[in-house]
Amino acid sequence: MDRRARPGDVARARERLGENQPMSPAYERPVYAYRRAADQDAVRAVRHPVVIVGAGPVGLTAAIDCAVHGLSNVLLDAEDTVCDGSKAICFAKRTLEIFDRLGCGERLVKKGVVWNRGRVFFGERQIYEFNLAPEAGNGRPAFINLQQYYLEQYLIERLGELDATKLRWRNTVTAVESRADGVGLTVETPDGPYRMLCDYLIAADGARSAIRHLLGLPCQGQVFQDRFLIADVVMQADFPTERWFWFNPPFHTGQSTLLHRQADNLWRIDFQLGCDADPDEEKRPERVIARIKAMLGEQTRVELKWVSVYTFQCRRLERFQHGRIFFVGDAAHQVSPFGARGANGGIQDVDNLIWKLALVLAGKAPTALLESYDAERIPAADENILNSSRSTDFITPKSEVSRAFRDATLMLAEHYPFARRLVNSGRLSVPAVLHASPLITPDADRFDSAPCPGAPCVDAPIQTAAGEDWLLRLLGNGFTGLYITAEHGKMPARVGRVIEQLAAGTIPVDVLVVGGRLTGDGPGRGIIDVAGLVQRRYGGRPGTFYLIRPDQHVCARWRRIELEAVRSALTRALARAAQRSERVA
Amino acid sequence: MKPGRLNVEPHLARPDDFYQGLLELHRDLSDEQSRLANAKLILLLANHVGDHAVLDEALRIAREGLAEAVASAGGQPPPVEMDAIRAAMQGSSKEGS
Ligand SMILES: Cc1cc2nc3c(=O)[nH]c(=O)nc-3n(C[C@H](O)[C@H](O)[C@H](O)COP(=O)(O)OP(=O)(O)OC[C@H]3O[C@@H](n4cnc5c(N)ncnc54)[C@H](O)[C@@H]3O)c2cc1C
Repeated sequence: MDRRARPGDVARARERLGENQPMSPAYERPVYAYRRAADQDAVRAVRHPVVIVGAGPVGLTAAIDCAVHGLSNVLLDAEDTVCDGSKAICFAKRTLEIFDRLGCGERLVKKGVVWNRGRVFFGERQIYEFNLAPEAGNGRPAFINLQQYYLEQYLIERLGELDATKLRWRNTVTAVESRADGVGLTVETPDGPYRMLCDYLIAADGARSAIRHLLGLPCQGQVFQDRFLIADVVMQADFPTERWFWFNPPFHTGQSTLLHRQADNLWRIDFQLGCDADPDEEKRPERVIARIKAMLGEQTRVELKWVSVYTFQCRRLERFQHGRIFFVGDAAHQVSPFGARGANGGIQDVDNLIWKLALVLAGKAPTALLESYDAERIPAADENILNSSRSTDFITPKSEVSRAFRDATLMLAEHYPFARRLVNSGRLSVPAVLHASPLITPDADRFDSAPCPGAPCVDAPIQTAAGEDWLLRLLGNGFTGLYITAEHGKMPARVGRVIEQLAAGTIPVDVLVVGGRLTGDGPGRGIIDVAGLVQRRYGGRPGTFYLIRPDQHVCARWRRIELEAVRSALTRALARAAQRSERVA
Repeated sequence: MKPGRLNVEPHLARPDDFYQGLLELHRDLSDEQSRLANAKLILLLANHVGDHAVLDEALRIAREGLAEAVASAGGQPPPVEMDAIRAAMQGSSKEGS
């Protein structure tokens, strides 16, 4: 997909511009050494519980999630460094929350640039702006922009803090053998090939997935013809940290342009080129710089760091689970970049899969639980594909009449609010709600507010005995309960007994007791609803109880906590036979 | 710029679904067929609206800004300089986010 500009090209362009002094040091990709593994000397293929193929954002997240669940795993990557050049930049709130659960959200947010506002221009004029900022009282912003190479580097460093993962660079999978009792792999290394076995294989090997090809699985959907040019430039400009999208700008007639800020004063400029563009010609630095100067003014000092031309597709595998092999991320599905749904979607795949694998491998849930991965993530992928295809259709109209509707919508949008809803410069990634999941228990009681069963939990500021915190930081990895008490933080004795019994089950439920103050006694972990937002956002009259999955999605909720009801929701969430429920202690 | 009784506030429950439907209406149609399909669509919706004051308002708005748009779509140099946008950029940078 990426045809790279050679470093020499950039240097030449810089000379032409008389800019020999770089304004910022280039990012140096770390190189991770290949090391011979004991498996390579074993007489018989060594068996591992989980092998993950591909150390892109999604495979790395999978490895960390496995490690957090105490699941020993091997992560293989064909290369020995982070991604080359510029790829994903926008990471959504939900992704950051997942990284918080995995212990590495803070570092990403610190390095990334936070943005909430977007502006849309048509021709010469700004036609509207939008603000994605979540309401106050959320631990994380709507989006950060961070270069994918930083994300990957930080995830690799996070893995280094955990013991459970063996990360093997320059290990390329060249054959897979899917069997009823496991998966066999052949791995090519600088020392030659070796064989490995695993209980479960996670294929995170990207859009051109070797594993997909080796298994002969078709990936079906739409291929778009339009070419896009991305340029990463360092510039001394005082633009705000916002997403700016131009339809038919005067500096790039008939096409579209996107401007976005990244960390290190780096700016991403994305030019639509149309179908007939010659990628090699377009990538010439002189040409790219001329385009940028036309856009930003002759005087703006720009330093080109990266140029590539790409096309994209919106497509997916028919199923993501194939026996003991699970496809995640771009290996399973691909979308156009408008909407930032690629990596963000893939990271949610992993969030969904790993706790299930951990429970199944620990013998605490039947293998049927793994089948819910398809039931939950295929609709999510379809939603991402639908949204990113629609954005692409709007941005790159395929016929005269589509263009007429597009331009009419844009003309109206400046003055007439209804038309702004129709303008589509990218519907940005939002988390999937698992509406039709077999694991989710629908509401029986009346609730008027989010988060509904299947939705990810929402955040709120809270306080614990240890100090101020965010609700989402206390949820996940295991099953959690959220019990809302009255202002005084006390609960009836009956409820206390239920909470104790839930904590003592074979699948323990760790209950957070939310109130106006900490009582210190009684079962469950007490937390204070410092701003009253837990109560408000969870529609919580006193007595309300939420059962929450290890991936922070709501499993079920009730106005009154009953042991039997919670246990049957838990049974359902684990895909155990519907009738079976644990014996009441 | 508040129009009389024409509702210009968002009113479609699922705008993206509608827009996709609109494009699908035209799939595989010739330009001439598309023009006819659009004309039929307008007539159908106008009849549904029924209210002449509302329709007059919509007819008026539909004529706004056309001359300008056709000039820039024709590839002519834009009448206003890029400085306008740059000024907007500079202005907005002070706002922060
Ligand atoms: C221009 C552009 C902009 C984008 N912007 C965004 C954005 O803003 N937000 C967003 O969320 N997404 C964005 N994306 C999409 C995002 O980059 C991808 O979705 C993401 O990289 C997918 O991650 P992955 O881990 O699934 O696959 P990849 O990142 O492709 O990683 C796959 C890994 O597998 C390894 N591998 C491949 N074959 C083998 C093998 N046989 N054996 C061992 N290892 C192997 C590769 O070396 C690689 O490290 C953008 C993409 C592009 C091109």
